[in-house]
Amino acid sequence: MIKIHDVSKWYTDFQVLKSCSVSIARGEVIVVCGPSGSGKSTLIKCVNGLEPFDEGEIVVDGLKVADKADLRILRTRIGMVFQNFELYPHLSALDNICLAPMVVLKRKRAEAETRARALLARVGLTDHASKFPLQLSGGQQQRVAIARALAMDPVVMLFDEPTSALDPEMIKEVLDVMSDLARDGMTMIVITHEMGFARRVANRIIFMDAGEIVETRPPETFFTAPESERARVFLSKILGH
Amino acid sequence: MPTYNWNWSVLISQPYLGWLLDGLATTVMLALSAWMIALVLGTLIGLARTLPNPLLRRLATAYVDLFRNIPVLVQMFLWFFVLPEVVPQEVGHWLKRDLPHPEFFSAMMCLGLYAASRVAEQVRSGITSVPPGLSAAALASGLSLAQTYRYVLLPLGFRIIVPPLTSEFLGIFKNTSIALTIGVMEITAASRQIESYTFQGYEAFAAATALYLSISLVLLFLTRRLEARARIPGWIARGNT
Amino acid sequence: MGPLDANVILRNLPYLWDGLQLSLLLAALAISGGIFFGAIMGVLRMSSIRPVAWLALGYVNFFRSVPLILVIFWIYFLVPLLLGRATGPFLSAWIAFTLFETAYYCEIIRAGVQSIPKGQISAGVASGMTRLQAMRHIVMPQAFRNMMPILLTQSIILFQDTSLVYVVTLRDFMTSVATVANQDLRLVELYLFAAVVYFAICFAGSRFINRLGGGFRR
Repeated sequence: MIKIHDVSKWYTDFQVLKSCSVSIARGEVIVVCGPSGSGKSTLIKCVNGLEPFDEGEIVVDGLKVADKADLRILRTRIGMVFQNFELYPHLSALDNICLAPMVVLKRKRAEAETRARALLARVGLTDHASKFPLQLSGGQQQRVAIARALAMDPVVMLFDEPTSALDPEMIKEVLDVMSDLARDGMTMIVITHEMGFARRVANRIIFMDAGEIVETRPPETFFTAPESERARVFLSKILGH
Repeated sequence: MPTYNWNWSVLISQPYLGWLLDGLATTVMLALSAWMIALVLGTLIGLARTLPNPLLRRLATAYVDLFRNIPVLVQMFLWFFVLPEVVPQEVGHWLKRDLPHPEFFSAMMCLGLYAASRVAEQVRSGITSVPPGLSAAALASGLSLAQTYRYVLLPLGFRIIVPPLTSEFLGIFKNTSIALTIGVMEITAASRQIESYTFQGYEAFAAATALYLSISLVLLFLTRRLEARARIPGWIARGNT
Repeated sequence: MGPLDANVILRNLPYLWDGLQLSLLLAALAISGGIFFGAIMGVLRMSSIRPVAWLALGYVNFFRSVPLILVIFWIYFLVPLLLGRATGPFLSAWIAFTLFETAYYCEIIRAGVQSIPKGQISAGVASGMTRLQAMRHIVMPQAFRNMMPILLTQSIILFQDTSLVYVVTLRDFMTSVATVANQDLRLVELYLFAAVVYFAICFAGSRFINRLGGGFRR
C-alpha cells in the first residue's frame, strides 16, 4: 500500500531524513516514535507531499509522491490529522467536514452533509454539528478533525502527534476513536508518545532517531527487548514516569 | 480682535445650502467609487504579495512602494495634468475633451489607486495572520492553492482586517478634500466657495467640519455592525484585543 | 506631446530647492511638536481622571475624523482673527500641522506604552521602585523601541502631507513646483519631477526605517 524507499531530505546542509525505508501493507497500523527532532513529522509530511524530499521514492496506493500532477489526487486519498487540529475557525464543525468533499470531490451539499453527520456520529459528536471550532474543547476539535479527514474516504490516515496538544483528560476520547478506526481496518501511520495505545493497536512500531529509521518491530518485542541502545534510552525516558 | 459678524443663517439659505449638499453628494460619490476600485485592486495586489511566485510578489511590492511614497496631491496632479499628455494622442484628446467631468474621473482614479496600495497592505497582513497550519490542513485534504485562498485564507484574512479596512475607507473620505485642487466641488471646496462669497468663513468651515464628523459617525456605526457579523465565535486576533 | 524639457527644472533649481527646504523645515517642526504634544496627550488619554481622559479622546477622535486640508483652512482663517493682525501662511500651517499630528502621534505613543505588559511595572515596583521610576526606566525604553518604526513612518506621511500647504500658497516644494509649472507652462516635467523627488525621499526614509527595525528588534 505504502512504500517508502531510501528517502533522504536536507535543509541546506543539515540532513533531516537519512535513507528511510519502510513498506506498509493495507490495514496495518504503524506507530512512529522517537525523540523530538528525529524527523518523524517531516517523514510523515513527505508521504502526502506537504514536504518535498530530495532523494528516494514514496509510492502510495500505486501513485508516486513527487509527480506534481498526481499530488492533488493523492491527497484526496490520504487523510491527515494535525497536532493543533487546524479546524477552520470561521466554519461550523459540519461545514469543516463538508468543505473538501464539496470543493474537491464536487459532491452536492445534501450528500456531503448526510455523510458529514454520519461521521460526526461515528466520532461521538452528533449534537455539535453547528458549533464553531473555538466553542469546542480540544478533544472535541480533534475528533471533528478526524471526521473531516475521513470525509474524503481516504485509503490511509496520517496522524501527526494527535494528542500532544490535548489536556490529559481528553486524550482517551481521541485515542478511542483512533482505535475504532484501526479495528475497522484503516491503514494508519501515527506519530505519538502514547505507548499504551501503541501496545494495544499497532502492528509495528517504527523508532526514529536523528533522521534515521533505527528499528521496525512489533510492539511486544519493541517494548520488552529493543535492539538498539538509542531505543533503550528513549524508552527508559518515556516509560520512566 | 476685530469684530466678526456672525451669520449662521447663510448655511440654511440658498444657494449656499445647495452648494454644501451638492458638495456632500460629490464627496460621497467620489469616495464610494474610489473605494470600489481600491477594494478590488487592493485585494488582488495584497494577495499577490503572498503568492509563491516571486515575480508577482515583486510587482505587487513595487506597486505598493510607488503609491505609498508619493503624496496624494502630487498623484492627483499627475492624473489630471500629466496623464492626458503622456498617453497616445487619441486617448489624450478623449481625456481632455470628450470625457465628462474629467476632474472627477482623475480624482476617482487617483484616490482609488492610492487606497488600493493601502488596502493591499491590510490584505497581505490579514492573510499572513492566518496560522500556516490551516493552509497545510487545506492542502492536505486536496484543495488547490486557489481553493485554499478562496475558502480559507481570504475569508479568515478579511475578517481579521475589518477594523483597519474601515479606517482606510474613512481615509478615502478625508482624501476627497484634496480633489478640490483640481476643481472637484466636494465638501471642503463648497465651504471655501461659501467663504469667498459671504466672508462667513467660520460658519462655512464649521458646516464642513460637521459634515465630515457625521460621515465619520456613520462609518463608525457601520463598522460596529460589520465587526459583529464578521466575528468568528471564540477567535482572538493575534497581537490585539 | 513634444520632447521633455529638462532644462526648465535645472533653471529653476535654486527656487525649487528653497521650496524643498521649507517643506523639510515645516515637517521637522511639525514632527517634533507633534511628538511632544502627542506624548502629553497620550498621558492625558491614559489618565485615571475620567473627564481628562474623555476630553483627550475627543481631541484625538476629532482630528482623526476631519481632513487635514480643512484644518489648514480653519487655522489659516482663524489665526489672524485671533491675533488681530495678518499673519503669513507659515505660522498657520505650523499650528495646523502640529494640532493635527498631535492626535496621530498620541495614538502611536499610547498604543506603544500600553503594549508593554503590566507585569513589567509590577516587577519594578516589587524591587522597590516607585511607579514613576518603573515607567521611566523599564516601560518607556521598551515602548520607545517598539514604537520607533511607527513613529518614523508617521513622520514620512507627515512630510508627504506638507504638500497640502499648496492650498494656502505657502511656498513649500509643491507650491514652488506648481508656480514654475504654470509660469513656464511645463506641467508634465515639473509634476513628474515633484513625484520623483518625493518618492526618492520617502522611499529612502522607509528603507532606513526597515534597516533600523532590524536593529531595534531584540
